[in-house]
Amino acid sequence: MDLWFNDEHTDTVKLSIKVEEQLFSQQSSEQHIDVLQTREFGKILVVDGDIMLTEKDEFIYHELLVHVAMAVNPNIKEVLVIGGGDGGVVRELMKYDSIDIIDVVEIDPLLVDVCKKYLPEMASSLDHEKVHIYHEDGVRFIRSLDDEYDLIIIDSPNPYGAGEGLFTREFYGLCHKALHDDGIMINQHESPFYRDEAFMVQRMHQKIVQSFPIVKVYQGFIPSYPSGHWLFGFASKAYHPLDDIKEEAWNALDIPTRYYATRLHKGIFALPVYVEELLKDVE
Amino acid sequence: MNQSKAPIYEALEKFRKMRIVPFDVPGHKRGRGNPELVELLGEKCVGIDVNSMKPLDNLCHPVSVIKEAEELAADAFGAYYAFLMVGGTTSAVQTMILSCCKQGDKIILPRNVHRSAINALVLCGAIPVYVNPKIDHELGISLGMEIEDVKSAIEKNPDAKAILVNNPTYYGICSALEDIVKIGHKHGMKVLVDEAHGTHFYFGKNMPITAMKAKADMASVSMHKSGGSLTQSSFLLIGENMNKGYVRQIINLTQTTSASYLLLSSLDISRRNLALRGQEAFDRVEYLASYARNEINRIGGYYAFGPELINKNSIYDFDVTKLSINTLDIGLAGIEVYDILRDEYDIQIEFGDLGNILAYISVGDRKQDIERLVTALADIKRRYSKDRTGLMSNEYINPKVIMSPQDSFYAQKESLPIQETVGKVCSEFVMCYPPGIPILAPGELITEEIIDYITYAKDKGCSITGPVDPYINELNVIKGREE
Repeated sequence: MDLWFNDEHTDTVKLSIKVEEQLFSQQSSEQHIDVLQTREFGKILVVDGDIMLTEKDEFIYHELLVHVAMAVNPNIKEVLVIGGGDGGVVRELMKYDSIDIIDVVEIDPLLVDVCKKYLPEMASSLDHEKVHIYHEDGVRFIRSLDDEYDLIIIDSPNPYGAGEGLFTREFYGLCHKALHDDGIMINQHESPFYRDEAFMVQRMHQKIVQSFPIVKVYQGFIPSYPSGHWLFGFASKAYHPLDDIKEEAWNALDIPTRYYATRLHKGIFALPVYVEELLKDVE
Repeated sequence: MNQSKAPIYEALEKFRKMRIVPFDVPGHKRGRGNPELVELLGEKCVGIDVNSMKPLDNLCHPVSVIKEAEELAADAFGAYYAFLMVGGTTSAVQTMILSCCKQGDKIILPRNVHRSAINALVLCGAIPVYVNPKIDHELGISLGMEIEDVKSAIEKNPDAKAILVNNPTYYGICSALEDIVKIGHKHGMKVLVDEAHGTHFYFGKNMPITAMKAKADMASVSMHKSGGSLTQSSFLLIGENMNKGYVRQIINLTQTTSASYLLLSSLDISRRNLALRGQEAFDRVEYLASYARNEINRIGGYYAFGPELINKNSIYDFDVTKLSINTLDIGLAGIEVYDILRDEYDIQIEFGDLGNILAYISVGDRKQDIERLVTALADIKRRYSKDRTGLMSNEYINPKVIMSPQDSFYAQKESLPIQETVGKVCSEFVMCYPPGIPILAPGELITEEIIDYITYAKDKGCSITGPVDPYINELNVIKGREE
């Protein structure tokens, strides 16, 4: 049988991956969740028809969401993860003994269950006693918080559908309020390449710049995501991501990684000219 | 009756399948003559933009599918008859007044009516007898009419022909409708209800009483508000003491003879939807509004008011689907919060006045959008909250009526700079839109207090409409008349 999964990257561009087996398919209260077995990418988690992650390249995405901030402030103790029900971000955070609390706000309980069953290498991290999972809307969770976290990681899917509210001015504003005075906010920042997503990059950047004094964007290469070229946001009340990097301290921790390294850290904030211009337009 | 039928919609479907060759208007001929319009609206939409014809009936004189649709609507709303209206609820309100009042007749009404009601008085020459609505000074909103005030207006004006009731108000405040109807009928007056914001009362559970249930004579329902039909479409409902043929004649005085089938079919389909699934839809709206009220009141500073206001008189009942929020305690005028929400948070709400904002909640809302609204309000408080000194709340200004709306509208007038108009008689409307409730109506005395109010509202960013001068630097007043 010749079964192919199509991930539409734009209305006229798609990525096709041959499927060996459909392992799971169900509609949750929030979204439609599928798990596919493929030869090239291993297992793929698909939500509402879009690839969320693949076993082959998820490490790039998750390492970039976590270690950049940790190298700037290795003393981070309290972390809030918005989204992240797959456990990938938490797996990376668990590499730091110094972190005391990891709160995960994942609206969809089914997503957590599915990942624990089919992607245990990531999701088993969610069972650790440092980790507390809250199944509610991230926008609601953040509303009442004040001065509670050192780091907030926004690991949310697309700026449309269930996660829409996580890409708004009000949300970034309340993240600012929920962070300590030297807090850092990291967010997945979409891709600058295709037109519609480039527009989203601008909108997000504009709103974050209005909410935080220090805002920088960095990049990574994730082959299964649209265009493969992905951006991340670093926003902070006190630290500059390059001037304040604690290179020696972080290297002394001897954290095992496959993508991130402090020498890479210094390079990923150097963006292509067209991306720089895209961002400068809205600053 | 079988509420799962939708006769206009079904006739249009049948008509489309017949592939009739059009040698009649509209000239775009199913869109073929205007490709850009098709690009914008879609083929389905332009395909049913057709003219009245035998198989599709005629709104000016319905005998087949439109008549059936009107009978089904009457049945769904518990009315003696229902008219499909295509000129907005404005046309329904005007028809109510024109059906009951002639030149010189008196009509009892609260002053905080929509401009459409006073416009009707300009048209027909009826004389308004205003009942001052009660005011909640804390919130700065007008409430319903108190029953004692209605009684005294009737005693002083036993010759009045009709009473108009605003029920519910924009903010969801209801008057003692049943009692007002009883007193009005006892004195031989017709009772008309502007029910623009109350379509859902007919279908939701535990809702305030409807005009038809309270035995009112006529009611205007904005189907396009909570009923889900297209903008500009509406129902006029009548009770058994009204002459259906005469009301139709009055409607035809001002109504178009080319009624849009987009509007008519949207009324037909929305009525069916409400009759079949209205209750569950409004259960959801009620849940969303209550949830939002609780969450907003948890933020602190804002007051999202609800049924706790009920006092069984000026607030006889409260529409729990309304989400009205007083903003004065965070130090911002409602209109300022309204502007910040749109400009900085990409959230458009229904309106903001001096002390309150109103977010319109409907069956089209998603929980996640409610979360956004609440969170944005929390963030606005974080960024902008300040001391409330210097903020004015909406005070109801008791109008001094010098001339009838019609006489003053058509009188000789002159345009004066607004600061020089104190003591003159205004010949035009001045209002903030929305909500479109006049600060000044034609024939009313201009006072210092009114000028201060207009200046303050302009300054805070309210859109002021009505006068001939779009910038409201000048007002039209009756020439040579000084009080």
